[in-house]
Amino acid sequence: MEAPVIESKVPAWRAAFTRFLAEHPAAQFGAQSRRDAFERFEAHGLPTRRHEYWRYTPLRALDPDQALASKGGDPFAAVDGYRLVFVDGVMDASRSDHLALGAAIDVADGSKDCSWVDIVAEDARAHTAVERPFAELNRALCSHGLAARIPAGVKLDKPILLRYEGAQPAHLRVGLLVEDGAEVTVLESGAGALTMLIEARVGSGASLHHLRAQTELVDRQFASLFARVLEGGHFASFTLAADAALIRNETMLDLTGDEARGHVAGGVLGRAGSVIDNTVFVTHAALKGESRQVFKNVLDEDGRGVFQGKILVRKGAQKTDGYQISQSILLDERAEFDAKPELEIYADDVACSHGSTSGAIDETALFYLRSRGVDRRTAESLLVAAFIEEAIAEIADEDLQEVMRGEVARWMTERAG
Amino acid sequence: MTASNAHAAMPAPDGLTVKEGVEAETVEAVKELSGEYKYGFSTDIETEYAPKGLNEEIVRLISAKKNEPQWLLDWRLEAFERWLKQPEPDWAMLNYPAIDYQDQYYYAQPASFAKAKPKSLDEVDPELLRTYEKLGIPLKEQMILAGVEGAEATPFEGRKVAVDAVFDSVSVGTTFKAELAKAGVIFCSISEAVQEHPELVKKYLGSVISNSDNKFATLNAAVFSDGSFVYVPPGVRCPMELSTYFRINAENTGQFERTLIIADAGSYVSYLEGCTAPQRDENQLHSACVELIALDDAEIKYSTVQNWYPGDANGKGGIYNFVTKRAECRGRNSKVMWTQVETGSAITWKYPSCVLKGENSQGEFYSIAITNNAQQADTGTKMIHLGKNTRSRIVSKGISAGRAQNTYRGQVSMHPKATGSRNFTQCDSLLIGDQCGAHTVPYIEVKNNSSRVEHEATTSKVDEDQLFYCRQRGIGEEEAVALVVNGFCKEVLQALPMEFAVEAQKLVAISLEGSVG
Repeated sequence: MEAPVIESKVPAWRAAFTRFLAEHPAAQFGAQSRRDAFERFEAHGLPTRRHEYWRYTPLRALDPDQALASKGGDPFAAVDGYRLVFVDGVMDASRSDHLALGAAIDVADGSKDCSWVDIVAEDARAHTAVERPFAELNRALCSHGLAARIPAGVKLDKPILLRYEGAQPAHLRVGLLVEDGAEVTVLESGAGALTMLIEARVGSGASLHHLRAQTELVDRQFASLFARVLEGGHFASFTLAADAALIRNETMLDLTGDEARGHVAGGVLGRAGSVIDNTVFVTHAALKGESRQVFKNVLDEDGRGVFQGKILVRKGAQKTDGYQISQSILLDERAEFDAKPELEIYADDVACSHGSTSGAIDETALFYLRSRGVDRRTAESLLVAAFIEEAIAEIADEDLQEVMRGEVARWMTERAG
Repeated sequence: MTASNAHAAMPAPDGLTVKEGVEAETVEAVKELSGEYKYGFSTDIETEYAPKGLNEEIVRLISAKKNEPQWLLDWRLEAFERWLKQPEPDWAMLNYPAIDYQDQYYYAQPASFAKAKPKSLDEVDPELLRTYEKLGIPLKEQMILAGVEGAEATPFEGRKVAVDAVFDSVSVGTTFKAELAKAGVIFCSISEAVQEHPELVKKYLGSVISNSDNKFATLNAAVFSDGSFVYVPPGVRCPMELSTYFRINAENTGQFERTLIIADAGSYVSYLEGCTAPQRDENQLHSACVELIALDDAEIKYSTVQNWYPGDANGKGGIYNFVTKRAECRGRNSKVMWTQVETGSAITWKYPSCVLKGENSQGEFYSIAITNNAQQADTGTKMIHLGKNTRSRIVSKGISAGRAQNTYRGQVSMHPKATGSRNFTQCDSLLIGDQCGAHTVPYIEVKNNSSRVEHEATTSKVDEDQLFYCRQRGIGEEEAVALVVNGFCKEVLQALPMEFAVEAQKLVAISLEGSVG
């Protein structure tokens, strides 16, 4: 066991971690790497508003054992794919397509050499610009997840669906090595995860599409995603988050190959006591990279939205094209939106722009619709749908775009009801 | 850069590796520019110092020198106590060795002032007056354009500018005092105001920037030596531009001036500020506080051309400029406009801000910050909207060359009660050469839904299309760059009063001359 530490800043988590190691002596990733990760988390402590990247997001206490509630249904229920269902942090084999998935690509299950799993973890660990305490917590406590290698040139026929269910505050970890020229789409949904961590490498000319639906949450969820994109690779992520006590999504994108592309988009629907935070950090470290961040927040009642987006262009990353937009519509006078759209540029031949706007719904547009006989609520729904469309349009697959549009419409209907 | 004008790699003059000829020449131009600081001379004058270092005794000594009332000494001592415990702000993107607060002087004045403070400019040591003449600021009551070289040749004549000249820790003199007094305007050094108008100073000093605001402001509260005081009575439009010229001359001495401007109901005042310092290898600390108070329907226009010594091409020497400037629009319909052209200082840490309390009050911030060689600037503004229907506008242009780092840091905050408010922010950065950095760190906080906030920012190199357009029409490349950059800065330069517009235009041209080959 560890040498006794000077009083832990997070005693409840320390106890939970000690218990976890005792109950899972042969847990994946090894006890030592878990201990290292926990120590990094412990040294940082739970974030407070004194931490620069948590100034807008109140965390207060976080109990390791607090049960997670959920509401509504899985937006991806009708999507055909390789489904992996995790209940209380453990895969439910009876409801999962792990065997079919294992036949299509390389899935680490301990029975064969899967040293490649470490590659993506190392990529993510190389990202040290800002401490990511919840990624560390996940590395210490993850109970299950997926480690998959999509071999060079393989275009997986169906998306991988990761489904999180159950009331336990679980920690699920995913490693994805998308080899040169391969293609894969990964979907996540469900309230049964307190923390999620995706570590990915997107090889030359490869592409990784990621979609996350956080529409069933009641409590809290902390999602971290690290992706390193090599030459000509393409990473695209879209998250729709609605109504939860606290959602924090951190996306760290490192464009390390020339002409790599990275798109991170999101829609936020927040009301009554919800806090939804999207924090994005894009690093351009090679030539001719292209990045886009598109975030649309619709905030009602006393809902709060937070966007912290950063574009870092390293010395020598010439011809970078970086774009970032964060916008919010505040439907109620109590709603709040905080944004920190940052640029840090060390190369001269680049074009980087960012924009951020916030305000009420456009009264002129509303009047236009109402004067044509559309009632106020419907008119607002139409305008919200139009507003959020720019982010939804970032999703490549049209069927999945439609799923997300449906969720937005449902949220607006609930509001009207 | 298009393929047609890309050059093969060539070594830069100081051994930096640069990829293209354009950059190599930029580095050369940067090097040439480093010797161009024109205000680097020092005045050989007998100076009297307070003992080196900072302790309670020094605070008491400064207060005693100025014959201050007990309340002000108490205020200073309270600040000093807090300063001892306060951490230095570390969030700025600035890199500098720890400041040794004990290794400098906190009070320096020309020895001639020690015997008897000159009662009028006629009694001032002529050597001192010559210093200001050399800087282009003749301390005479005549029609002049302050701060503009060759002003005689310009057609804008007949404007009066009152000047308060601060030399190290003391005010040398203030011009046009009598004429201003006729209009009811009080314009004098703050030390004088403490003696002559203690009720006004007591009422307003520290009411915008408290004596514990931040480490540098707290230090200023403890040891501030001089600075300007302006009070414009109700309904008065100040009959002339007011200005203060700050000069650091003494070695190893910090300058801690405090400026307090009060525009009473319905008044208007335009105030200009200029600053220079001799060229020395040691860093010198400048930590000022400027408080502006605008009451109902009042307007204050505050313009700065900051040209402290920036250090040499290798980053040796230069002024550490840690300044707290804040305005409070207390009254309805009040307005404050900050305009700054920042070209000097080794380190700049400066955020002229507006607290918009009064209904319909308005804050504006126009800034050009140019950094070159090893300069670092972290500058911007805060617009805190507290009152209904308040409006703010931010236009910031950062230009970075050499190995300089230039950061715009700004905050726009719409409080729940600031309904119907507006903000528009535009910040652009331009990088010249591939060894520098330009950064943007905005904080946007919106807590009500009837307010509208818009922020946009871009970073780019000098636009090739615009350059091409100019060159096609027979304009030389250097001139074209100057045109493009001047266009880039135009919005800010236009906000400057006439007295500075000419100078600012020139500053921009100088700093960027020859940046593209």
